[in-house]
Amino acid sequence: MDKTLNNKAWFLVLPVLVVVAFSAVIPLMTVVNYSVNDTFGNNDFFWAGLEWFEEAVTSDRIHAALGRQILFSAIILAIEVPLGIYIALNMPKQGFWSSLCLVLMALPLLIPFNVVGTIWQIFGRVDIGLLGHTLAALGLDYNYVRDPFAAWATIIVMDVWHWTSLVALLCYAGLQSIPNAFYQAARIDQASRWKVFRYIELPKMQGVLLIAVLLRFMDSFMIYTEPFVVTGGGPGNSTTFLSIDLVKQAVGQFDLGPAAAFSIMYFLVILLVSWVFYTVMTNLDKAEGQ
Amino acid sequence: MRLRGSALVMTLYILFLLVPIYWLLNMSLKTNTEITSTFTLFPKELTFRNYAVILTDPSWYMGYVNSIIYVVLNTVISITVALPAAYAFSRYSFMGDKHLFFWLLTNRMSPPAVFALPFFQLYSSIGLFDTHIAVALAHCLFNVPLAVWILEGFMRGVPKEIDETAYIDGYGFWRFFLRIFMPLIASGIGVAAFFCFMFSWVELLLSRTLTSVNAKPIAAVMTRTVSASGMDWGVLAAAGVLTIIPGALVIWFVRNYIAKGFALGRV
Repeated sequence: MDKTLNNKAWFLVLPVLVVVAFSAVIPLMTVVNYSVNDTFGNNDFFWAGLEWFEEAVTSDRIHAALGRQILFSAIILAIEVPLGIYIALNMPKQGFWSSLCLVLMALPLLIPFNVVGTIWQIFGRVDIGLLGHTLAALGLDYNYVRDPFAAWATIIVMDVWHWTSLVALLCYAGLQSIPNAFYQAARIDQASRWKVFRYIELPKMQGVLLIAVLLRFMDSFMIYTEPFVVTGGGPGNSTTFLSIDLVKQAVGQFDLGPAAAFSIMYFLVILLVSWVFYTVMTNLDKAEGQ
Repeated sequence: MRLRGSALVMTLYILFLLVPIYWLLNMSLKTNTEITSTFTLFPKELTFRNYAVILTDPSWYMGYVNSIIYVVLNTVISITVALPAAYAFSRYSFMGDKHLFFWLLTNRMSPPAVFALPFFQLYSSIGLFDTHIAVALAHCLFNVPLAVWILEGFMRGVPKEIDETAYIDGYGFWRFFLRIFMPLIASGIGVAAFFCFMFSWVELLLSRTLTSVNAKPIAAVMTRTVSASGMDWGVLAAAGVLTIIPGALVIWFVRNYIAKGFALGRV
């Protein structure tokens, strides 16, 4: 859509700027300040320059956490996005069943993160959990406390359980905006199910799909509470993702400087990947529009 | 045939979603001895003690009240400031609009862990520590950009001719915006409000850092169940079940906005 050039539109954006400046810019400046200083308590700060950044770039521990984090986010996106689209396509379009599905699917989204962790921690336990007990009864050697593979599987299933509905609900909202006339036209042209999906539903879902992919990427990349509650980052370090590592450093050891430097770089990585996503999807949008 | 396939897929998926929640509900109705000593699919000795503990102790139930207050405050603030901004982004091009839009999104991407300590210092220094408004403002960090983003997407779907027709018919900007435009994107507002509510409701790190007594959220109160005498699984499960209820109510009200879709092409 062509947009009118109008610099007065800044006034409409102003309230957002004020709120976000207060809640983001000022705190972020504080983090930048920490990242170039060293402190021995008592609010005494000494200039440390780029020392903390060098330390973070060369740290094997952080490299390992980053690798695990990338693997985790990749698996999550590969499972949740196609599954979410598939579920959205299978949802009833209207009436009582559609309302019921919406409400039930939204349930996992509205459970506080630590409760989600608690649910799966209990659910996967061999002694008191349904999942752990069933798997043990089937003769599988499943124990997420000792076995890294089981720990990963538990966390991934938990995340799929927790967040697939978000992708599905967004896609569903996108699908609902397609006028019936489009489907009627497709029926007249005798388009196959796949073609309806590829040429009608997918382009119409593109905007919401972009939101869904970005949200899932960012949230899975920042995941903290759920794996922390379930595995505490273990066994060993096998499920220590970036946030867990960061909080261990910042709160556990109270190393403000390294933690701040680490979080700035962490933030930049997320920024970079999101920018790539955003640009690719917007260009795709333009190309299809022509 | 196709319909039956869909029903099967949905049934399986919803079962997958509900079984862990059922397990939580199941545990909340058991005694602690039953939870730890035996393995049962249904509570053998049905007990409501766990819920009674929560509903009679102010330090428990005030957690819910506090959470609801700041979540509602946050949703109202987020939607109010996001609406005009989203309209500006969807209709006008102005100096630096693309950069601004992306910069807003970066705030949604910043790990809350990074902000916890600076927030604590900022809100303490202006005397807002341990108030509901502090948490509501802190949650604007990720909710305002999200609301702008979602609303912008919905607004882009409304044909621009509607704006132009309304202006020709003599509507002023605000009258047009409130009387004509907002009803058109009602489903978008519903979806955005739902997401603001959701992300604010489930967030723990910031709300815990910014509160101590008066505005302590339920998610932080729940960490109390890890006591010296071991985990109080039953009360923890009951508190978990109760955290699901407000969310379920909200989605029930919003469902029609989402389900109706927006009247694109039918206007």
